[in-house]
Amino acid sequence: MLEITNLRASVEGNEILHGIDLTINEGEVHAIMGPNGSGKSTLAQVLAGHEAYEVDEESRVTFLGEDLLDMPAEERARLGLFLAFQYPVEIPGISNAYFLQAAMNEIRVGRGLEELDAMDFKKLLNEKMDLINVPRTFADRAVNHGFSGGEKKRNEILQLAVLEPRLAILDETDSGLDIDALKIVADGVNKLRSPHRGFIIVTHYQRLLNYIVPDYVHVLYQGKLVKSGRKELALELEEKGYDWLRQEQEALAATG
Amino acid sequence: MTTLDVSLEQAKAQYLADLGKLPSNGAPNWLNQIHATGAARFRQTPLPNSRMEEWRQTNIGPIVNTPYRSLVAPTAHGLGRKDIERSFYGAGAWTELVFVDGYYAPDLSLTPELPTGVFAGALADGIEGTGLSVVETHLNRYLAERNAFTSLNSAFIQDGALVRIGRNAVVEHPIHVLFVTSKRPPDAAAHIRNLIVLETGSQARVLTSYVSLTDDSNYLNNVVEEVVLGPNSQLHYYKLVEEGAAGNHLGTTEIVQDRDSRLHSFVMSMTGKIVRNQVCVKLDGDGASAQLVGLYLNDGERLIDNPLSITHVKPNCYSRIMYKGILDGNSHAVYAGKVYVHQEAQKTDSNQLTQNLMLSDNATIHAKPQLEIYADDVKCTHGATIGSPPAPIVFYFQSRGIDEAKARAMLTYGFAEEVVSEIDISELSERLGEYVYQKYSP
Repeated sequence: MLEITNLRASVEGNEILHGIDLTINEGEVHAIMGPNGSGKSTLAQVLAGHEAYEVDEESRVTFLGEDLLDMPAEERARLGLFLAFQYPVEIPGISNAYFLQAAMNEIRVGRGLEELDAMDFKKLLNEKMDLINVPRTFADRAVNHGFSGGEKKRNEILQLAVLEPRLAILDETDSGLDIDALKIVADGVNKLRSPHRGFIIVTHYQRLLNYIVPDYVHVLYQGKLVKSGRKELALELEEKGYDWLRQEQEALAATG
Repeated sequence: MTTLDVSLEQAKAQYLADLGKLPSNGAPNWLNQIHATGAARFRQTPLPNSRMEEWRQTNIGPIVNTPYRSLVAPTAHGLGRKDIERSFYGAGAWTELVFVDGYYAPDLSLTPELPTGVFAGALADGIEGTGLSVVETHLNRYLAERNAFTSLNSAFIQDGALVRIGRNAVVEHPIHVLFVTSKRPPDAAAHIRNLIVLETGSQARVLTSYVSLTDDSNYLNNVVEEVVLGPNSQLHYYKLVEEGAAGNHLGTTEIVQDRDSRLHSFVMSMTGKIVRNQVCVKLDGDGASAQLVGLYLNDGERLIDNPLSITHVKPNCYSRIMYKGILDGNSHAVYAGKVYVHQEAQKTDSNQLTQNLMLSDNATIHAKPQLEIYADDVKCTHGATIGSPPAPIVFYFQSRGIDEAKARAMLTYGFAEEVVSEIDISELSERLGEYVYQKYSP
């Protein structure tokens, strides 16, 4: 469903992603790991359509057969792409319910469906809140405003549950969470796994992958995917740390 | 003399000439005295101009240069409730006092029965001795010498709203006072005087709103109100300014609070060419609290001025200011909030914040929060923010399928909703939320 070919992206003239190739099929969960500064969040933001990044003309990304890079962020979302933010913004004055109803209806209209009215939406929102175990009080609270770190991440998962994207990118959703909050978030994600939905889980730590078991693990290092494998690769990284990777890359560079 | 001075003198002469046309018969002595003092002060006080510090950022030249004709008697308005029904909120249950061009219109008003000790009606009726000494006791006792227009207002006192909530009375439904500008003669000024008195332990919600049936007429509503909160009383005070596109509004609300009284004020400026809503609060008893919340929506070539002052005279009082502006077009707005803390006012707790959302590069806001503290054991904060929605927030919307134009509209609504949702009358907060939503929808 997603094909990334030679993705190069820069910000203010500095190239951060140096040519990424990655294919994700329906129902697959891919973890992207890597040390700080390797470009993990850049990859997530570029896919979501953040305008601060300049993408090389040669780069290609297709999503559900469409050219993703030509689309503004909102059209990508309407097509079925979702980014769970590393740092969700606070929006005082706008309730979660109002925000999500607006988002959902934009997406529904984009897909040629009828808008949901307030009654039907409320019913759906209640179901989703129950499904992923967030208190119903979330509905009337302003989006992320005054939320704890853990609540913000759970709120991202609630949005994921409501908007039902085809591909969800989770950008360091585990960072800063204690083990209980991590389990709740992972549990929510697991409930949303489906044969028709792909996931990209961007993370610095292997810990999350004990709870969300990926099909594939990729290592992003200095803007390139330098290693790919099955879930065992995550354990290996956890054991050896990123330094091992660094040494290996340096050795490669020396011989190459 | 400069050209400015000449036109100022002409405007002033017109006001003074009209003062001579006030019906002189029958007014009680104490009122004659208030009129005379007001007129004398008006003669001595220069009209506001940009050389005065308080008016430096607030150019009301179009008002002071217009020789407005002051209305001195009611005229037949020919209106029915239908003509003004969109300006009501109460669905029949509220007291609704309607004034047309400054004079009470009983035929347009709704006056359901109120609890014993509660009066809501025309100031003129209060003056003429309905057995209420409340007017004589309170009228013009609290107004500080603010400017020439407040003195002028005192000189012209004839009518306006009189609300008196007797000792321990609790009024269930809001009392709505609606001031309608009809197709009055061109260049006409109405001098409106309101008096709201809450006696010990009483509780009420009072809404004053100003609407116009004409967008073409250059008129002036010169409004002064005195609001008195007795010990342990509680007032929710609302003011909505929806003047006509060519209409002007100069308002001064003078509030005095006795011990343990609680004020929640919400002032919203929606339309009108030049709109000034001055609110001055004096916390004159231990343990009183005042919250001033405001929302000003500015656009086009309009001018909105919000001069606020809260004076902490006694200890253990609480005050809070939260004023928000949404600024568009070539409009100009001023926020000037001043909190004074007297030496005796120890344990004062005060915070002041103004937030301004810029929707246009050509709009201006002059925000000036100030603190003046003479006590040494107080907690006081003040702040101001000015800006447009940050890009990361807009991107967040986009990543959820909502395009930039809609995101900005929703953010503008949310910005306003934060204060609109503080209104404790649901009919009102819903209508105003809807108004803001419609206004900024793409």
